[in-house]
Amino acid sequence: MAKELWKGNEAIAEAAVRGGVEAYFGYPITPQTELLEYMSARMPELGRVFIQAESEVASINMVYGAACGGARAMSSSSSPGISLMQEGLSYIAASEVPALLVDIMRGGPGLGNIQPSQSDYFQVTRSSGHGDFHPIVLAPGTVQEAIDLTYGAFPLAEKYRTVVIIAADGSLGQMMEPAVMPPLRPPLTEAERGSWATRGALGRPKRIVTSLFLDEEELEDLNRRLQVKLRQIEASEQRWEEYETADAEYLLVAFGTVGRTCKTVVREGRAQGLRVGLFRPISLWPFPHARLRELGRQFRAMLVVEMNAGQMLQDVQLAVAGQCAVEFYGRMGGAVPLPDEILEALRGVAYTYRTVTEGVEQRYM
Amino acid sequence: MISNNGHPEEMVLDEAVLEQGKVVFARPQALSENHTHYCPGCTHGLIHRLIAEAIDELGIRERVIAVAPVGCSVLLYQYFEVDAVEAAHGRAPAMATGLKRTQPDKVVFTYQGDGDLAAIGAAEILHAASRGENISVFFINNAVYGMTSGQMAPTTLLGQVTTSSPMGRNVQLHGYPMRMAEILAGLPGACYVVRRSVYDIRTVRQAKKAVVTAFKTQLAGLGLSMVEFLSSCPTNWHMTPEEALGWIRGTMVSYFPLGDYKVTDAAKALEA
Repeated sequence: MAKELWKGNEAIAEAAVRGGVEAYFGYPITPQTELLEYMSARMPELGRVFIQAESEVASINMVYGAACGGARAMSSSSSPGISLMQEGLSYIAASEVPALLVDIMRGGPGLGNIQPSQSDYFQVTRSSGHGDFHPIVLAPGTVQEAIDLTYGAFPLAEKYRTVVIIAADGSLGQMMEPAVMPPLRPPLTEAERGSWATRGALGRPKRIVTSLFLDEEELEDLNRRLQVKLRQIEASEQRWEEYETADAEYLLVAFGTVGRTCKTVVREGRAQGLRVGLFRPISLWPFPHARLRELGRQFRAMLVVEMNAGQMLQDVQLAVAGQCAVEFYGRMGGAVPLPDEILEALRGVAYTYRTVTEGVEQRYM
Repeated sequence: MISNNGHPEEMVLDEAVLEQGKVVFARPQALSENHTHYCPGCTHGLIHRLIAEAIDELGIRERVIAVAPVGCSVLLYQYFEVDAVEAAHGRAPAMATGLKRTQPDKVVFTYQGDGDLAAIGAAEILHAASRGENISVFFINNAVYGMTSGQMAPTTLLGQVTTSSPMGRNVQLHGYPMRMAEILAGLPGACYVVRRSVYDIRTVRQAKKAVVTAFKTQLAGLGLSMVEFLSSCPTNWHMTPEEALGWIRGTMVSYFPLGDYKVTDAAKALEA
C-alpha cells in the first residue's frame, strides 16, 4: 500500500474508522479538534454514528451506553477533557465493557495551554477515575505508530473487556507524516458481539450491565476478578522499543514524542563517543517493567526524559529497583525539549556516573 | 460487571383458573417477580407497573433497553424483565443516546428522579431533548432526594422542610423549584412532554395512557418524550402513605400543575 501524507489527529480518526468504530462521541478541545471534525464528515458518510456532545462528561457516557450495547464506540479529547471523563471511565472499567479513548495531551494543570505535553501520564495510567483499575494505555511515537495502535485498539479492548487509551501529545496530533493506512475492517457481525451486550432480550434471559454491587463481598469478588484480569494484561501486553541498547552504557528512557526526539540524541551522542541507547515504552500501562529491570543491571545510569515533571520516572524507578542510577530531565507547561538540551543533560549524567578511571583520565588529560 | 438473570419464574397461576378465563389481574411480563425495596406507600412500584403494562400492551418487551438512574430507583433493572444498564448519576440520557443511536430499532427509556434529572443531569436531559433523541424519559418528581434520606432537591417546594433545608426552602438561600416539564416543552426536539401523577384511580389511568403514548412516539420516531410523575415519598416527607398522596394533590399540584406541556400534532395522533 502506498504511503500518504496524514495529519496525526486525522490519521488516528481514519485508523479508528478502518478498525471498525461504529459510533464516535466527542467535544471540541485543542489540540485534538481535527479528530472530531474528521469524524463529523467521515462517520455519516459510512452510515455510522457521530455526535458532538454537550460536554466530555456526556461524550464518555454516550460511549458507555453504546459500548453496553456491544457497539465499537470511542471518544477523543485532550487533558482537561480527559479529567472530566474520569467518572465515565471508572463506570466503564467496573462494568467491563470495551471502549476506545484518545488523549491528545496538552499543558496543564488547570486550563494550562494548548502546547504539547505528557502530563496526563498519572491520570491515564494510575487509575483514570475512582476505584482500583487501570486502562490499557498505548503511547505512539509516530503517526504510523498512532495508526497501527488505534487500528489494533478495538480487538484489544474486546479481548480484555476494558478501556484502551491512545495517549499522544499535541505535537503528534498536529504533525503531518507519510504513513500507510490499513484496510477497512468488516463491521462486527451480530454473533461477534459480546454475550453480555444489552441488545433487547429477544428470546433469551435479560442482560444487565451495572457497576453497582451493594454487597461488599460481591464487590470484592468483582475487584478480585478485575485484578486477575489486570495481571493477565500485565503478563501479555507490555510493549516497548529498544534502540542501540546492546553495547550502551547509558540509557535514555522516554515515550511518545520525546521518545522520538531521544533517537536523535542517541545518534548525536554516539557521534560524540557516548555509548547511549534508548528504551521507549509503548504501553504505559502495563508498563514494561520486566525488560527495564533486566536492563537496569546492564547500565551505569538511566536518564528519564519527559514533557512533564517526572511522572513515568516513578515507574522507571519501580522497575529498576535501585539497580542503577535513575536521573530525570523534563520540560513542563507545553515546552518540548530539544535534542541539544537532552544531550547536555545526558553528558551531565555520564560525567556523574563515569568510572573512577575515566574520571581520573578526564582530570589529567 | 454484567450478570445474566435467569428467566422469570413461571407465573403462579392455576391452570384451571386460566382455563376458566377468570384471570382479571396478573403481573405484566415486563415486570420481574422480585420484591421491590421501596418504602411502604412510595409510588415508584406503581409507576414501574404502569411502564411494564405499557411495554406488554405494545408487545415491545424483547426490544426494550432500560437505563436505570442513581437514586431510589437505582435497582430498577431488578424489577423489570428487560435488558438494562445502570447509569452514573444524571447521565442516563447520555447513555440512552449511545444505546439508541447504535441500535435505532430498540426501544430505550430512562427512569430518573428529580436530583438525577434536574440537578446533576440537567445538561444531559436538556441536550438529549434538544437533539431530539428518540428516547422516552420517565421523570419521577417527589420533591426530595429520597435515597440519601430527604435532602432538598431542585424540585423541593418553597417553605418545604428537608434535611438540608431545615428552616424550609427559601428563595434568598435556595432559589426556586424547577419545573422541568415546562422547560423541556420549550425545546423543539421534544415531541411529547406531559406531567401526571398517581394519587388516585383517575390520575393513575391518565398516567398509564401517557406512558403508552410516550412509547408510541418513540416507535414512530418522533423525538424525545417525557412523562413527569408527581410521586410520593412518605418516609422523607414524614407522612403516612395516605397523607403523602393528599400532599401531592393538595400542595405539589399547585406549583407543578398536571397537564400536557407539549404534544406535537404527530404525537397527538398517537395518543392512547
